[in-house]
Amino acid sequence: MTQTTSTTPNTGAQAAQEGPVSRFLRATELDTRLLGMVGALLLIWIGFHFYGYLKNGFGSFLTPRNLWNLSVQTASIGIMATGMVLVIVTRHIDLSVGSVLGFCAIVMGVMQVQVLPQFLGLGHPLIWIIAILCGLALGSAIGAFHGWLIAYRGIPAFIVTLGGLLVWRGAAFLVARGETISPVDSTFALLGGGPYGAVGAMGSWIVGLLACAGIIYLILHGRSQRRKFEFPLRPVWAETFLGVIGCGIVLGAVLLVNAYPWPKGIVKQYAERNAIEVPEGGLFISHGFAIPVLILIAVGIVMTFLMTRTRFGRYVFAIGGNPEAAELAGINTRWMTVKIFALMGFLAGLSSVVASARLNSATNALGTLDELYVIASAVIGGTSLGGGIGTIYGAIIGALVMQSLQTGMVLIGFDAAIQQVVVGSVLVFAVYLDKLYRSKSK
Amino acid sequence: MTDRGTPLVELRDISIAFGGIKAVDHVTVDLYPGEVVGLLGHNGAGKSTLIKCLSGAYQADSGEVYINGERAVIENPRDARRYNIETIYQTLALADNLDAASNLFLGRELVSPRGLVDDVRMEAETRKIMARLNPNFRKFNVPVSALSGGQRQSVAIARAVYFNARILIMDEPTAALGPHETQMVAELIEELKAQGLGIFLIEHDIHNVMKLCDRASVMKNGQLVGTVNVNEVTDEDILGMIILGKQPEKTA
Repeated sequence: MTQTTSTTPNTGAQAAQEGPVSRFLRATELDTRLLGMVGALLLIWIGFHFYGYLKNGFGSFLTPRNLWNLSVQTASIGIMATGMVLVIVTRHIDLSVGSVLGFCAIVMGVMQVQVLPQFLGLGHPLIWIIAILCGLALGSAIGAFHGWLIAYRGIPAFIVTLGGLLVWRGAAFLVARGETISPVDSTFALLGGGPYGAVGAMGSWIVGLLACAGIIYLILHGRSQRRKFEFPLRPVWAETFLGVIGCGIVLGAVLLVNAYPWPKGIVKQYAERNAIEVPEGGLFISHGFAIPVLILIAVGIVMTFLMTRTRFGRYVFAIGGNPEAAELAGINTRWMTVKIFALMGFLAGLSSVVASARLNSATNALGTLDELYVIASAVIGGTSLGGGIGTIYGAIIGALVMQSLQTGMVLIGFDAAIQQVVVGSVLVFAVYLDKLYRSKSK
Repeated sequence: MTDRGTPLVELRDISIAFGGIKAVDHVTVDLYPGEVVGLLGHNGAGKSTLIKCLSGAYQADSGEVYINGERAVIENPRDARRYNIETIYQTLALADNLDAASNLFLGRELVSPRGLVDDVRMEAETRKIMARLNPNFRKFNVPVSALSGGQRQSVAIARAVYFNARILIMDEPTAALGPHETQMVAELIEELKAQGLGIFLIEHDIHNVMKLCDRASVMKNGQLVGTVNVNEVTDEDILGMIILGKQPEKTA
């Protein structure tokens, strides 16, 4: 088999000098920042686990139950963080996402609890679909309006969305005069997770195997593309390694979520409803992946695709790198800004579905301070506030880091004040590390 | 001057002001196919501003643009590209965070049948054109911020040349270059000229002007001093026009 492993003519000289680690990194073309973030995440997880072990006699962090909950809690912030990457990459900011989330949630709540049942009858199967479409459309429209003010009326994004932060929070109160709307439609509630809002053992295996097939396809496809244009290929061992690691993580996640059984009460309820005999040892019914987590993964894949494979994504980065050059290259930067903020609004709407479904209620306070966590997630995930740099997977890992810190501190019993101190410090420290990393890699 | 038919480009009576300051004041210049017209003048004479009216970056307050004798409306850079006008800006107008191929195809990405950006094909095309323009260029997979001034310049030049421009605007293309690279740009200009392109060249170095240009239009304080055939005047004459705004005896 003929293959080229060298990238540039002088690799021979380089390879002689570099150690096994850098050779490994070059061959696999793995992003060292990604590895750093994953390392930090694992450190946080293991740290909390052992702290709990030392203090309380048992570690509760690295348990299927906690990690499953962690994944569900990350979903809402993670979904919005993927959109915030685009906003920050183009040198803007969106402070309004938490309020937009609250406003969309309350409108969807009123729709499905008060408005639609009048016309369709309570429990009609279309209610949750119409409510969600309304929420998504509303979020997109608000985002597009913000984008229009920024791009075509020249108001800085900071001011437009700072205003939006107050306006939409107030509007959320006005819609229902501050009432809590509950309970939401039962199908709608599934989108928030919980025992019923998860796909179960079989569903998780199907998802996992599809993901593995996807990983293998991507590796093979990339290889054939490179060969077609006679670009240097990654060595076979590196491709194999990436494939094995990728599939290993996916299958590990499937085993993990399947290892978390339904609580006894829910099992009993379920068994009674379906007339199943519960055996003596109890019935082990797996949660599997929670639906909001699958939504987050789908959003992550779609957004990554958008950012790396479409013109839209390319223009987002170009605008972030040099707005003037983007304009001179014929990119309609204003219209792009509207689209980016509309997308951010859409994701805030989607996030509000997940958040209100998870609570099984909509309140006007839903999503308070979310904008800060969303921005922090994107920034911890390596999105540069200077513009032009950022990744979707980084933002999702950033959201996971933020949520891990919070969950971990709750588990070991830190009170809210200390949590705030820690989260704030970590944000600043993470950005400092990122800056060091960048100036070194230059 | 012999009649050469319709000019490729005619900028007729262009004026543009920024807050009361007349950056370009009723200037008329033209350009024929296979010709290099130098635009000369001090910093702030209005050369770049004038040329930005043609590349779509600015819009003139008054005056018209004619391309092949027909009135052309150029409201933005997209319009200019539609008329096959390519520009190499003084600032190079590169997105520093993107690699050479992404910059070269920015705004005109090659796409697969499904409408997705085809990075592999774009890189292959970039390798082809760079092999012609700058054979030493190797850094295809790094952001252009990691390139040297000359390498960045060659990316900007490649972008203008790749898309079969008919009208090329070069705003100080050799400012960041060493002697060897400057020579390569000179050869490129000769080659493009032979292909029948019209080139506006903004240039400070009087020797380059004498060597590369067929005609020179000199501007001072936003106004056109005059246009001369380069082979009919001396460099002293041109310097006189630039510095003193003085017409030489024979004007073109």
